[in-house]
Amino acid sequence: MTTEPILKVENLTIDVPMAQGTLHAVRGIDFELRRGETLCIVGESGSGKSLTSLALMGLLPKKMRCKAAGLDFSGIDLQRQTPKAMRALRGDRMAMIFQEPMTSLNPAYTIGDQLMEALLLHRPVSKAEARARAIELLGKVGITAAESRLGQYPHQLSGGLRQRVMIAMALMCEPELIIADEPTTALDVTIQAQILRLLADLQREMNMAMILVTHDLGVVARIADKVVVMYAGEVVENGSAREIFENPRHPYTRGLLRCIPVPGKTKPGEHLGSIPGIVPSLIGKVEGCAFRSRCEVAEDACSSPVPVRRPGTDHAYRCIHDIPEGASA
Amino acid sequence: MSDKTTPPVLELANVTKTYQVKQGLFSAPRPLHALGGVSLRIHKKDVLGLVGESGCGKSTLAKVLLGLEVPTSGKVLVDGKEITPRERKLQARRIQPIFQDPYSSLNPRKSIEDIIALPLVAHRIGDAASRAGSVRRMLDLVGLPQRVLKGYPNQLSGGQRQRVAIARALVMNPEIVICDEPTSALDVSVQSQILNLLGDLREELGLTYLFISHNLAVVEHLATRVAVMYLGRVVEEAPAAELFAGPRHPYTQALLESVLTPDPNLSVPDTHLGASYPNPIAPPPGCHFHPRCAQVRDICKTTPPPHVAGPQGHVDCHLHAAPAR
Ligand SMILES: Nc1ncnc2c1ncn2[C@@H]1O[C@H](COP(=O)(O)OP(=O)(O)O)[C@@H](O)[C@H]1O
Ligand SMILES: Nc1ncnc2c1ncn2[C@@H]1O[C@H](COP(=O)(O)OP(=O)(O)O)[C@@H](O)[C@H]1O
Ligand code: SF4
Ligand code: SF4
Ligand SMILES: [Mg+2]
Ligand SMILES: [Mg+2]
Repeated sequence: MTTEPILKVENLTIDVPMAQGTLHAVRGIDFELRRGETLCIVGESGSGKSLTSLALMGLLPKKMRCKAAGLDFSGIDLQRQTPKAMRALRGDRMAMIFQEPMTSLNPAYTIGDQLMEALLLHRPVSKAEARARAIELLGKVGITAAESRLGQYPHQLSGGLRQRVMIAMALMCEPELIIADEPTTALDVTIQAQILRLLADLQREMNMAMILVTHDLGVVARIADKVVVMYAGEVVENGSAREIFENPRHPYTRGLLRCIPVPGKTKPGEHLGSIPGIVPSLIGKVEGCAFRSRCEVAEDACSSPVPVRRPGTDHAYRCIHDIPEGASA
Repeated sequence: MSDKTTPPVLELANVTKTYQVKQGLFSAPRPLHALGGVSLRIHKKDVLGLVGESGCGKSTLAKVLLGLEVPTSGKVLVDGKEITPRERKLQARRIQPIFQDPYSSLNPRKSIEDIIALPLVAHRIGDAASRAGSVRRMLDLVGLPQRVLKGYPNQLSGGQRQRVAIARALVMNPEIVICDEPTSALDVSVQSQILNLLGDLREELGLTYLFISHNLAVVEHLATRVAVMYLGRVVEEAPAAELFAGPRHPYTQALLESVLTPDPNLSVPDTHLGASYPNPIAPPPGCHFHPRCAQVRDICKTTPPPHVAGPQGHVDCHLHAAPAR
């Protein structure tokens, strides 16, 4: 694709001051995204996915220190925006969907009020116009009898319906970028499939850029154009979804893919792959490859800075080894 | 696997469990049929996978089996013998649970040693020395180092805590282990370790599992039989290989379609599931599933589906009026 990226993240770091020292939660990550693309950030819990999303939205807790060589959204330098300017962007040109919709829905206001507010805050429209848009979007996210829902309160809806309302709210102003952090993790598999399909359809229809954060490799494979694999605050591998799933290189990515049973591929009952050990502490100085305590092919050199390798134009990974296609790590 | 000549190690015969729930502050309580007549048989060394959306009654069924809830009607049989309320203590010895959340299910103020020994103490089994020996054996069995004995749950990772929960379940030498979403709170790399461990323990100790999970790929991997629940009923039950190869109930079909295998050449499937999960206090008439069913017929809206049983399992659906399985 030749169009300019709508989002460019360069060397983003996020430090969290803790009693025991500084937690290096996100350690120099890069990625970019174009309109109409879906990028999935995948990794296990604690790898820095949520902090990365919050940083993009300017929603990091105040105590955290965030810096980047570049944090560019549609020509806007996000690092230089005032809190007021960030508030103006949020919900308008960029919007976020969280795992638990109740964290963003106010239990004291009706669905209708909250949806309309999302538009009235950013656009010079009348209440009647805002109401019409709210009904339109509830319909778009597959909520039947939309008009009668406007007067309902969030707690009157099921988890799946609440997540649909959240999506409608995020889309009220037709954002250019939408960030969804584990939007279906708390939902049943049937509802998960419906919500993901809805997100994918709306993303295409509105030609938005979407970042979807998840720990679920199945979700990633089905929805991503591009994938960023995070481990311990770093991007260890990134590439097109096809490359990551059909031709993974990094020992961690390969390890993860072997851990999940795949119907039709894994023999029922046989041992699944596993990654021994646990994620290292990121408090204090972190050097070399953070995966080395768990990596089967680690060597002494892994404790020094590790080079990035590019097996293709849309594929990169970070490892001391030049890992050939298909070979098992 | 299932030896049909011996009675099942565990059987539910037409078990119902009804809760009285209040919807508003001033409204009268109304019955909620969490289990609406469930019959299930689990044979020795089987792994019965239990699947269905949240609220369909999976945990209630687990609690009835564990003796933590008394059924409103129906029977629980162990080795073909009915378990009366007086025998619940015996039931508790033979059937042990592993719950989902390794964070909240372990008492944070007790040492790992005390946590694992607790069932022995509660049932007055052995003396201090023999209990200590059992606890040490359990640690080896579940792959935990002996040094965690004097530690506390907050010093362990999620995977290690789940190993402690497994050790606590196995210290009673149970025959049946009820696993309620045992890996749902764990990262995939840890999940696979726990699944491997559960598989090994079953082989080694000849255990029988009821395995509740919303992850159908995991159920397909581990289960020998699968029961699919919808609104308090088991709508289909069959050997795992058959159920995954040819699901018969439209709900089972929709569930299987929802599974997202990690294949980048496929997109998110259309599950053909309409409306959302119904209110369990006012279930739809006829077949409870009919408002969401892609294959609904007129009869489904008024008449409960027949229970179509074959030698290998059953399906409750008007589409399958003649037994085939
Ligand atoms: N509010 C916070 N205070 C202290 N540490 C935090 C906070 N939020 C996140 N962290 C830490 O930052 C790291 C990255 O967290 P997060 O981005 O939430 O991971 P993920 O979303 O990948 O699970 C973790 O080690 C986590 O414990
Ligand atoms: N103690 C209780 N009192 C009232 N209703 C309950 C109680 N326990 C469960 N229920 C209801 O019974 C139904 C089945 O619940 P549960 O067995 O927990 O489902 P699952 O484990 O499949 O998610 C749900 O509608 C739930 O709200
Ligand atoms: S850099 Fe070393 S430790 Fe890291 S993935 Fe490569 S071989 Fe393993
Ligand atoms: S009985 Fe009718 S509504 Fe119920 S599952 Fe079968 S076809 Fe669908
Ligand atoms: Mg997160
Ligand atoms: Mg449950």
